[in-house]
Amino acid sequence: MIETNAVYVIVAREFKKFIREKSRLISTLARPLLWLFLIGGGMSRLVPAGENVSYIQFIFPGILGMTILFSSIFSSISIIWDKEFGFMKEILVAPVSRFSVVVGKATSGMVLSTFQAVIVLCLFPFIGLRLDPLQIVGVILVSAILSFALASFGILLASFYESYESFSVIMNFIVMPMFFLSGAMYPVKLLPEVLKLVSKLNPLTYGVDALKNIVFPYETGRMSADFSLFTDLAVILTLSLVFVLIAGKAFERKQ
Amino acid sequence: MVENLVKKFGSITAVDDVSFEVEEGAIFGFLGPNGAGKTTTINILCTLLSPTSGKAYINRYDCDRESAEVRRAIGIVFQDSSLDKDLTARENLMFHAYLYRVDKTERKERIEDALRFVDLTDRADDLVKKFSGGMKRRLEVARGLIHRPKVLFLDEPTLGLDPQSRTNLWEFITTLPKLHRVTIFMTTHYMEEAEVCDKIAIIDKGKIIASGTPADLKKIVGGDVIYLKTSNNEEAMKDIRKLFDMEVSEKDGEIFLSALKGDACIPALIREVGERVLSVRMQRPTLNDVFLKLTGKEIREQNGTGLDNIKAMVRSYRRRHDRD
Ligand SMILES: Nc1ncnc2c1ncn2[C@@H]1O[C@H](COP(=O)(O)OP(=O)(O)OP(=O)(O)O)[C@@H](O)[C@H]1O
Ligand SMILES: [Mg+2]
Repeated sequence: MIETNAVYVIVAREFKKFIREKSRLISTLARPLLWLFLIGGGMSRLVPAGENVSYIQFIFPGILGMTILFSSIFSSISIIWDKEFGFMKEILVAPVSRFSVVVGKATSGMVLSTFQAVIVLCLFPFIGLRLDPLQIVGVILVSAILSFALASFGILLASFYESYESFSVIMNFIVMPMFFLSGAMYPVKLLPEVLKLVSKLNPLTYGVDALKNIVFPYETGRMSADFSLFTDLAVILTLSLVFVLIAGKAFERKQ
Repeated sequence: MVENLVKKFGSITAVDDVSFEVEEGAIFGFLGPNGAGKTTTINILCTLLSPTSGKAYINRYDCDRESAEVRRAIGIVFQDSSLDKDLTARENLMFHAYLYRVDKTERKERIEDALRFVDLTDRADDLVKKFSGGMKRRLEVARGLIHRPKVLFLDEPTLGLDPQSRTNLWEFITTLPKLHRVTIFMTTHYMEEAEVCDKIAIIDKGKIIASGTPADLKKIVGGDVIYLKTSNNEEAMKDIRKLFDMEVSEKDGEIFLSALKGDACIPALIREVGERVLSVRMQRPTLNDVFLKLTGKEIREQNGTGLDNIKAMVRSYRRRHDRD
């Protein structure tokens, strides 16, 4: 049902382009760096540390989540633009199913986002974190699943918002709130009830929480993870599947 | 091939009850002003849009219901380039070959053939964004042919090209049916371009207002118009009427007459009217003339929707930047 040639073409194309465009790589890595060191660094003077975790370490999983969020959504949203003016049309008239196109797009979002997350992950020694190889593998795996889920979510958005003007709408009203209400910058358990509820509906929350579970498993207080690792993984795996299926359906619609 | 096709976008009827048929191996031209519904028709034929009503078939497959079969049978050059500019020419062709599952043993060979065919072999490993508009167009045609389609759609293939490259591209396109046994369906604004077609349909506001061979259509406007300035218009007109049995009239100090083959007619005219002739000019019938004749108005100035305007902006932006 999934045509591997289509998935291969989409992934290979985007990866090639990504590697070639050095400027894009630098600018996507600039954001996490700024947040981590300027905001994280500044705020950790204000925010008292947890038992073993300082504020800058606390937001590290969140920053990984942010890297993945932005890069996955951006990679998917480019469909809107591509559909009208670019390469997407070439793929849409090719003899491959829409579902394969969606899987290809989600996979390429996954590959690119995970790649970037790995680069950001390399910063951990600079903020005084210690991770063993198992934890590192764990982070990479969670990043991959989370990227796939978010890229699928992005495709879903792209198939509902047909015009490119909607890009800023998506960024300001969906992506930014998703980031702030994911427990990336402050623990979900400290939020007021209403926001806590919204956070629980946010897919990114579980991704960030899974990363927290892996990065500081022994932390118990304020700064600890909010859910169990099992819950987190169950939620993001389920969402990956649900999103990619719905996105596939949504993408099949013709005008 | 197409029966009573209708496509509505909300209140806009972009394609309004269009029917036509294209024979295998023919070049079919779809001629019309901006916003006539040409691209919309192509989008329906190539399975990107569903028709509101009516049927379209390619190779006897239903474009709406049997999309997979139709997609295998067609190649397309879109109005807006769908090349990937950040990839090289060869990579663009390679990905296309994968996408259409061109056999591994043939892949390399077909790509090299295609590159040679469009004269891009020595630029094959350059990024497409460094190509000129004409090179891109040629590459796109080559790409559309890699999987040996039965029908090749060309949506305004000469858009944004200078006259020179336009002629070159046309020469190239007209060789395709014989070389690749492919049927060509193309759209254009220009009557001259439609000249090479075996059959033309003129579309305006979603309706086909005329169709036939180029010669047929020219008869609608009465062929070429020849304008003469002479030292004695009255006498010249009398002579022409007598000798050629043609309609002649006078306007703004010039006499003019229409002839099916103007260029062949001029020498004879000059021989007869002789030294009285001060100047001669000939006007080929344009889409505008056919239009004028059929609708009684000039080709409308574009007053497209917001989307059309944005597209036009992006196109001109791209054209400017493609030069770099
Ligand atoms: N997706 C769309 N949504 C709404 N209206 C559309 C859409 N696509 C096309 N139209 C409208 O349908 C009409 C026909 O457009 P179409 O693109 O088919 O024209 P065209 O003949 O290709 O013109 P051009 O020479 O400018 O390419 C236009 O009025 C256009 O505004
Ligand atoms: Mg068009």
